Amino acid sequence: MADEPKEPKPPQVPTGEKPASSTPAVSTPPAKPADASAPAAPPKPAAPVPPKPPVVLQTPLDNELVKRFRATLGAALFEAIEDRKQAILTVERARLVEIARYLRDEEKFDMLSDLTAVDWPKREKRFDVVLDLYSFAKNERLRLKVHAADAEEVPSVVSVWPAANWQEREVFDMFGIVFFGHPELKRILLPDEWQGYPLRKDYDILQQDTAWVRENLGIESGQ
Amino acid sequence: MGPQHPSTHGVLRVKLKLDGERVISSECIIGYLHRGVEKIAENRTYQQFAPYVDRMDYVAAVSSGLGYCEAVEKLLVVEAPPRARVIRTILTELQRIASHLLWLGTHALDIGALTPLFYCFREREEILKIFEKYCGARLTTHAFRIGGLQYEAYDTFEKDVERFCKDFESRIVEYEDLLTQNRIWIGRTKGVGILTAADAIAFGVTGPVLRASGVKWDIRKAAAYAAYDQYKFEIPVGTTGDTYDRYLVRNAAIASDLPPSHRKYSRRTNHGESRKGTEAATGRGLSCDRSAQGRNRLLRCERRHRHAVSRAHPAAFLHQFASVRPHGARTPGC
Repeated sequence: MADEPKEPKPPQVPTGEKPASSTPAVSTPPAKPADASAPAAPPKPAAPVPPKPPVVLQTPLDNELVKRFRATLGAALFEAIEDRKQAILTVERARLVEIARYLRDEEKFDMLSDLTAVDWPKREKRFDVVLDLYSFAKNERLRLKVHAADAEEVPSVVSVWPAANWQEREVFDMFGIVFFGHPELKRILLPDEWQGYPLRKDYDILQQDTAWVRENLGIESGQ
Repeated sequence: MGPQHPSTHGVLRVKLKLDGERVISSECIIGYLHRGVEKIAENRTYQQFAPYVDRMDYVAAVSSGLGYCEAVEKLLVVEAPPRARVIRTILTELQRIASHLLWLGTHALDIGALTPLFYCFREREEILKIFEKYCGARLTTHAFRIGGLQYEAYDTFEKDVERFCKDFESRIVEYEDLLTQNRIWIGRTKGVGILTAADAIAFGVTGPVLRASGVKWDIRKAAAYAAYDQYKFEIPVGTTGDTYDRYLVRNAAIASDLPPSHRKYSRRTNHGESRKGTEAATGRGLSCDRSAQGRNRLLRCERRHRHAVSRAHPAAFLHQFASVRPHGARTPGC
């Protein structure tokens, strides 16, 4: 049954990358003495397993692809890392289309498998726009990221990968990020008259519900 | 056009510009089934969110569950135990067949052929029964857990899967008899909705639709997940990329989906025989007799799994993979 036995040794994962889930699901066994990456061995209750070396999740990436990229579009590359075997390039927002075309034509990343965004509300440039590319020829994936502040527009890559059309509309719909050069940028999933952008972190999950109840039933929802 | 009633399959509204009966341009309006799962996910822990992914494609809940669990496992840098991966693969392949059957039945129904629906649902029912016996649910199964499975396979799991696979081989022939050469079917599908390979790639199409356009690509080989790297199977491809090709490719896929569970989990007696053959020399176990199966596609399993399944009872291995139980995240190499 799906009861909750105590968690086995937690692998050392957390980096700054993920927002730590604030509440543990249910009961947790005796409080863990130290952060997972602490090298010292505090008295662990019943842990005969030797401590594992901390797992390095992100390493700088400097493979052939990155070298070629640097040689061609050097200044546009802010950061190249590998995270859990996934190559990630952070590039300059303004030159995104040029970069996209280069990657499609020269590096054979012929498919855009996903285009999405991430909101980091505390960051100065709060949005990451993330493009997942795939190359059939090389069977390789590549993730492109650009940073964008609240009112900053991101170049549309529809001219490079037609698949971006609806994806960019969805990102616009959910995050309010504007893609300039998009042939028809408007909401795609939500009704046109929808207020706000639901996947921004400051959009409360109950907001829509309470507003609807107030508007249509004339009472406070009490949720 | 549309939108349809929410309970019909595919809720889509298309604004059409017509010239007489010719469609000049169209605009799709979607979002009628948008449920905001991402926002829900923001407010849940990873484990709490797992059952929600079943609802994303409620006729292929096992598959979405696998995708989700594997994604979280990748984030955590953990891996499910080998036995869990095999069971995941079997259940997912069964789900794939069930999903294809639903597609085939309703597709034929939409064209006006009633019989295939009954045939397809008859077989789909057998798969759902296996799911029900495994985890108690038929559609939204929530069969997998991050790091492993919810349950060990039940006692007669192997037998059930084997029986299904055995029956199903003849059933596929029945569908093909009904449709493949059917004049109406051909008339309504051949040359309809042609998607070229270049277009398919540009629009980010994957799966059987991409294969029907002639691209020999299958994620189960290109980035093998679960235990797919231990199986051999063919990738059927189409030539013209029309609806008829998509039908053929899916049908062939059902057939090629079939044997993994079949071979893997059963036919213990064949292990001995096959080891006499050349496979034994390479140190690999061949778990079925090729000649006996006209449709054999997935044949080989690694030695350790042959070992695993050749025990008297699956539960005999429980002690090794105690963490198959919930929350049993294991680190690689265990």
